[in-house]
Amino acid sequence: MDLSIASILTLDGLTNGAIYALLGMGIVLVFTVTRVIFIPQGEFVAYGALTLAIFQTGKTPGTVWLLLILAGVAALMDLVTTWRHSGSAASGLKAALRTFAAPAIICAVSAWAGPRNLPIGVQALLTVFIVTAFGPLVYRVAYQSLAGASSLVLLIVSVGVHFAMTGLGLLFFGAEGFRNPPFWDERMALGPLNVSGQALIIFGMSGALIVLLWLFFERSLYGKALRATAVNRLGARLMGISTQAAGQLTFAMAALIGALSGLLIGPTTTVFYDSGFLIGLKGFVAGVIGGLASYPGALLGALAVGVIEAFGSFWASSFKEVIVFTIILPVLLWRSLTSGHSDEEH
Amino acid sequence: MTFRKTTLAAVLALMATGMVGMAHADITIGVVQPLTGPASGLGIPVKNGIMIWPKTIAGETLKVVVLDDATDPTTGVKDAQRLVTEDKADVIVGSSATPVAIPMADVTAEAGTPQISTAPAGLPPGKDKWFFRLPQSNDVMAFAVVAHMKKQNVKTVGFLGYTDAYGELWLKALTAEAAKNGIKIVATERFARADTSVTGQVLKLTSANPDAILIVASGSGAGMPQKAVMERGFKGKVYQTHAAATQDLMRTAGKDAEGTFVVSGPATVAEQLPDSHPSKAAAVAFVQGYEKVYGPGSRNQFAGHSADALTVLEKAVPVALKKAKPGTPEFRAALRDALESMGRTVLAHGVLNWTAQDHWGYTTETGVMLKVVNGAFKVEQ
Repeated sequence: MDLSIASILTLDGLTNGAIYALLGMGIVLVFTVTRVIFIPQGEFVAYGALTLAIFQTGKTPGTVWLLLILAGVAALMDLVTTWRHSGSAASGLKAALRTFAAPAIICAVSAWAGPRNLPIGVQALLTVFIVTAFGPLVYRVAYQSLAGASSLVLLIVSVGVHFAMTGLGLLFFGAEGFRNPPFWDERMALGPLNVSGQALIIFGMSGALIVLLWLFFERSLYGKALRATAVNRLGARLMGISTQAAGQLTFAMAALIGALSGLLIGPTTTVFYDSGFLIGLKGFVAGVIGGLASYPGALLGALAVGVIEAFGSFWASSFKEVIVFTIILPVLLWRSLTSGHSDEEH
Repeated sequence: MTFRKTTLAAVLALMATGMVGMAHADITIGVVQPLTGPASGLGIPVKNGIMIWPKTIAGETLKVVVLDDATDPTTGVKDAQRLVTEDKADVIVGSSATPVAIPMADVTAEAGTPQISTAPAGLPPGKDKWFFRLPQSNDVMAFAVVAHMKKQNVKTVGFLGYTDAYGELWLKALTAEAAKNGIKIVATERFARADTSVTGQVLKLTSANPDAILIVASGSGAGMPQKAVMERGFKGKVYQTHAAATQDLMRTAGKDAEGTFVVSGPATVAEQLPDSHPSKAAAVAFVQGYEKVYGPGSRNQFAGHSADALTVLEKAVPVALKKAKPGTPEFRAALRDALESMGRTVLAHGVLNWTAQDHWGYTTETGVMLKVVNGAFKVEQ
């Protein structure tokens, strides 16, 4: 181990850590607003990378049809609940149409664009739209009616959603993995370091997203509404904030973060239909280091996970995963010793 | 009463014809393959290959029963049970998924039915009496790899492999072969298929400065480590194993795959084999037969195994027929003995010689070294 090896490892760790940071923040976001431990966060990463890969082969990805079906189911659920609530079929239909319209448009455009081999930028944009549209629909179908249930029930649902999404991923993308072309194919020599353009894009995008999230929560009304929901659901509702809309917005943001992470990671590694889980799990470890509550905590945790992973794979590659997932133990111990015990069940 | 008697008579008559039918039974071939699920890419070519088998072997009509194990061990065991109890299968071909083939072996061993596995499944000693494997063992492949390394004057080698059974078995095979040939393994590093980066492992390998690196990975999983090694500017030789001998390597590694040596079974590169290769004729025959039906370029490792299963049966069935009629336990036992004692048999995938001690069987003439040249596999002469 000399300085050049250490710096290469650190760079590699930080590159991966930047992705984990995004996912960790997505997990913290979803947990604080909806109390859902969002295990399928990683699946959005795989969906993002692989949807773009299928676009690249000149086909329409299967996720488009899944989106359409999911939108149909969600619209039907909206139709029934609104009809029952208001007693009028017209308002039910209106609610259903509102749910169905945006995903349907995205599907139509994607189906049209699929075989046309458009430039990669357009395909990436479509991919972001498709995967982001999954977010609110997944919330609507799987979580919304359970919004008041205990965290444990929500966690169990998350496990179910995770398995469903992995299985569907296998159906759409097949067992073999894909590697996307880099968005910026450039290598720069910085002393012993060899910085790739893609790594710079990863740093830039992650940094920009983190700043955007910060601005969103600090400056915008929606962001403040989400924070209010996170602090106290009932109080937020009394103030006229729709917790359902908050949940859907949160999930849309989580899916957007997942899709972007997928696009960023796609050119640096081979992504398989089930790759998302481990990546998401490392994001989860990062979130836990931040106590599932603090964004800066999750960010630091994620960078630490990335760097520890890189050094772990150098020193003891057989035990890399063990090392990464064991660092959660001292963190939990420290947390349980420092923070006072709370019996409050939300 | 009369009605009862006639029914009884009818039933008896039916049973009698059934038994007569049994006496002249066809040879029943049970096929259990993953036609759906993660390993369907392996099972479907095997099924396709079996679909173009001739209708008879040694004058006996073949009755082929194909079942889907869905890459699920439980389904595979159920399929095997159905084949041995209901269909009285004389031989079972499958499965191509190792985790499915292993529990099936218990069923076939208990029923006394020979199982020709298209997966390289390892069984504990004494468990494989009824179990024969068609894929090459890692040992014979490691022989070809090390022989090639020796020819290339490689003295030290680094190992970069999966943290699973495939990586483990390869390391064992490589260690044994390398020791015999005076090649030193200077670094051993692991990674998992789901890893997003192997930079750490590759740094460690390249700093040990070996003459060659062997990457043990499968399918499109072989692309990421290959790229990582090349991006570090490794100047030595890079080797990949037969699980990576697919176009996925070039698809996921692109230019970085150029010049890599990949060991493979001979069937997939039939036309390129030197005329001196024992399998040349069988391999060319397989490729021509298969691609006539399924289109040019449709060949692959597993389709080759289905053709080899036929060759093996064509040699063993006539021997077994001399001892017993198909559909009987005696025939199955005779078939097993015949498989074990048929001696040197030339297949599309190499030369096979199953003995009582060895149900892997390929001789060291099996492994062919390929080199990636301009995005295609070229046989190294």
